[in-house]
Order: sequence, then C-alpha cells, then structure tokens
Amino acid sequence: MFKGKKAIILGERDGVPGPAIAACIKAAGAEAIFAVTECFV
Amino acid sequence: MSDPIIRACAYVLVHVPSFVRYGSKPTREIVNSPEPLLPTIEKYLRSFEEAVEYPPNQVFIGNLHPDGLNDIKQPWYKHLLKGASRYGVYGEIMPEEEFFGLLKLADDFDLIWFEKGYGPFFRQTLEDNPFWKEMDLGKIDRGVDMEQIQKKVEGYGSLPLYHHGQVVGCFHRHHDQDESLMAQVLMENLMAKASGALVLKHLLKRANIAPEEIDFILSCSEEAVGDRYNRGGGSLSKAIGEMYGCVNATGCDIKAFCAAPIYAIINAAGLVKSGVFKRVVVVGGGCLAKLGMKFKGHVTNDMPILEDVLGGIAFLVAEDDGESPIIRLDSVGKHDIGSGSSQQNIMESLVLKPLDRIGKKVIDVDKYATEMHNPEVTVPSGSGNVPLNNYRMIAALAVLRKEIDRSEIDRFVTEHGMHGFSPTQGHVPAAVPFLGHAIDAIKRGEMRNAMFVSKGSLFLGRMSQLSDGMSFLIEGNPKKH
Repeated sequence: MFKGKKAIILGERDGVPGPAIAACIKAAGAEAIFAVTECFV
Repeated sequence: MSDPIIRACAYVLVHVPSFVRYGSKPTREIVNSPEPLLPTIEKYLRSFEEAVEYPPNQVFIGNLHPDGLNDIKQPWYKHLLKGASRYGVYGEIMPEEEFFGLLKLADDFDLIWFEKGYGPFFRQTLEDNPFWKEMDLGKIDRGVDMEQIQKKVEGYGSLPLYHHGQVVGCFHRHHDQDESLMAQVLMENLMAKASGALVLKHLLKRANIAPEEIDFILSCSEEAVGDRYNRGGGSLSKAIGEMYGCVNATGCDIKAFCAAPIYAIINAAGLVKSGVFKRVVVVGGGCLAKLGMKFKGHVTNDMPILEDVLGGIAFLVAEDDGESPIIRLDSVGKHDIGSGSSQQNIMESLVLKPLDRIGKKVIDVDKYATEMHNPEVTVPSGSGNVPLNNYRMIAALAVLRKEIDRSEIDRFVTEHGMHGFSPTQGHVPAAVPFLGHAIDAIKRGEMRNAMFVSKGSLFLGRMSQLSDGMSFLIEGNPKKH
C-alpha cells in the first residue's frame, strides 16, 4: 500500500512521534519527505 | 549519605482573565481574524469565583485529592464546588487585582505604569491581604495620567493593561529595536517572575524556613529572559529569590521544555546528596504564552475559556529528615539520545528500565503521575486526554510483561493513575502537580511510593527531532519505619 509512495508525517508527542511513524513508513517501502513531531498541549 | 527528600511543596494559580488576550494563540487569532474576536473571547471568560470553585483547581492547590474528581460529575465547569476557598493546603488561587500589585513589586525597571487611580487600588488590595504585611508596597502606589499611557501605547510600543474591561495601565518595551526587550516578551518574563515569587513565598511558609536559609535556587519556568545578544540568558531564579530576601542563595535556570521541573528536582537532589548545598529550591513561574491556547475549542463548545490561570510550582529539596519520603536517586529514568522515539521506547526508558534497576514491577508502583493536563481543557479542542493516554501506555507495558491481563487495563488506570487536573502551562502539568499529594499520602501511610514521569518537547525548538523525558520514584522513608 505504501510502496513507492511519498509521505508527509505529522506526529504528536503524547501520541506517536514523527520519527517513529517515519520508521514504519520507510519499512513499508515509502519515502518520508517531511516528518515533524508537534506538541498540542 | 542517604537520598534527599522533598521537604515541602507549594502550588499556586493566578487568575488573569484580562491577560488571556495576550496568550500566544489569542494574540495571533485576534490580529488575523476578519471579524472582531475579542468580544467573543471576553464573553467566555470566567469570574474569579468560578475559577476558585472549579474542582481541578481545588485539586491543584491541595484542597481535594485527585481521586476526589472521580466522584464529581463532569463537566466539572458545570459542577463547581460552591464556597471553596481560594486558599489551599499547598498555596492559593490569587485574583487578578492582587497580581497587578505583585507585578509592580517584581518590576525593577519601571516597565509597568498604572493609571493614577488604579495604583492606590492595587496597593490597597494587596495591603488588605495579611500574607503581604511585611512587604513594602509603596512602589505600587505610583500612577500616571491616562494621556501618558495612551501616548506610550500609540507611539512607543507599550501594551495596554486591562482589568474588568478597563485600561488600568500599560507595559513598556525596554528597547526600541531589541526584540528580546519588546513589551510582550518582557511582560511574559515578568509574569513568570512574579508568579514564581508568589509560589516561593508559599513554599517558605509551608516549610517554615527563613529565606536566608536557602542555598540555591533552580528555576524551571517557561520563558526566555535575555537580550538580543543572548535571547535565553536566564537566571530568572535569582530574580525570583531576590524578591523574598534569599540573600544567601544564588541560582540558575534549567531549560528542558516541559520536562524542566523533573530535571530541576533531580539536579537539586544531586546537589544535596553530594553535599554541595543543603537546601535547594526548585521554582517554576507561570507561562503567559499558554493562556487561552485552546480557546477556540472552548468557545466552539460553548464552554468557559479554562486556560485563564498562570500556574506556579515550588519544591524544597533538602537532606533526609528521617520523616519525609525519599527521592530514590537510583530510580532516575532518562530518555537517552539513542533510545528511539516510539511511545514504547520512551516509556521503557522512563518506566521499565528504572523499575528493573530497583527491583520493582510496574504494578509495584502505587500511583504514577504523568502529564497531568486537565482533559476538560484538551479534549474539546481535539488534543485528547493526555494523562489517560499515558496511563494506558504504562498499563500496556504491564500487559507486555504479563503482570496484568489485557482486560485489566482500565482497572490499572483507575488504581495506578488519576484524572488530569493541571492547567496546560507546559512545565506545570509535567508530573509534579501530584508531588504534594503523594508526599502527604505516603507520610500518612496511605501509599508506599509514587513515580513521576514527564516528557519534554524539545523538537519544538527545531534543533532536534528527538523526544525527551525524565522520571523518578519517591517512597516512604526507611528511617520512619
């Protein structure tokens, strides 16, 4: 599903941080072109 | 030498509805809104009585245990504790008119002018409160004509100060080009100083200790005191200590985003255990920038703007007194640079590794304090229930370790966690709001221990994508038993 796709990643500190999502996306064959973690509290 | 203790805790809230407009989010939204937004914000501001009677605020100052929120119907803002006191076991909720006086006391550079009718009013308000009877309140009296205030606001970058919808004075910049000395920044810094000084005063009273006996002060506030050549120079700690005659102390500031309070407590404990200092104060003043951060969600849901209070926290770290719970320095958890950023990695670093080190299971900790954000503030704006999310993650770790079954997660959360009750002031909710309650419960024999787990959002500064956090456990004093 993600193979060959590009991903923009928005993570959350108390949810799933950006680098963690990026690692999963990369393992699934996609390219993370932007990843950031935000803190909404 | 045995591990140090936290000899006293103090917590304050300062109700500043007139400053909500100067929070970071409201400021930007007011400027960018195509329609006038300020009247809407003002419509949803709370009275002082409503802020005092709000159950989570009563928990924060110590008049109600966090578990007491389980017995109060939600939404809590509709089920106020009628007749609740502004004074609590750990401090107080200060009204805005008293805080104006305190701001002027903190003002060493004539940054604040009051209109000549309001100076005496603010002085009298503070004078009527016996808590301030030994302070010299004379400098609050001084006032100027409204014309001078208007001139400063219109032509010199000053910000008008409001109270009950009226202009009562103004706040000046202290340089016409240095962005670090603009009025908004200086007001943020001075409010952190003044609220930090308020909670320090309560801490010294609770600890029954003279200010001269303090050796060192660590500020863990969220502000950036400095100038254009060093925008975060710091030492707000020393400015706070100066206000109350801590003449034998110096200090410095701990900067670790929201995790700063726990970093500061651990640093303080290390200084005491090593014998460098005997009595170290950790103090955090309130954060103006966070006021009204979630106001849009509150207004959309037709509820009061709950982020109308500055928070203040203070702790006295000292040598073992044979009575107070000890800080287990062998339980300090840290999120290392190489730890990985998933929630599982973070919680393993901050919870599992330290517990393994001291031979405890997840279920051996009576209560965990995590990010204690009041969910009534965060849920309406889509930010979720932060403490619940963190507690469920800790429970999941217990499941992974087969200490509990998956079906017991909710029970774990109720027994080992609690409702969030802290204002969303960044550093203030980061685990430490429960310290006072935990220490007293352990002293009464109602709890054996408690673990404090906080996270820091260092990625917000755009220097690193890393996560951060720190943790420690306190337990009953072995000498007492």
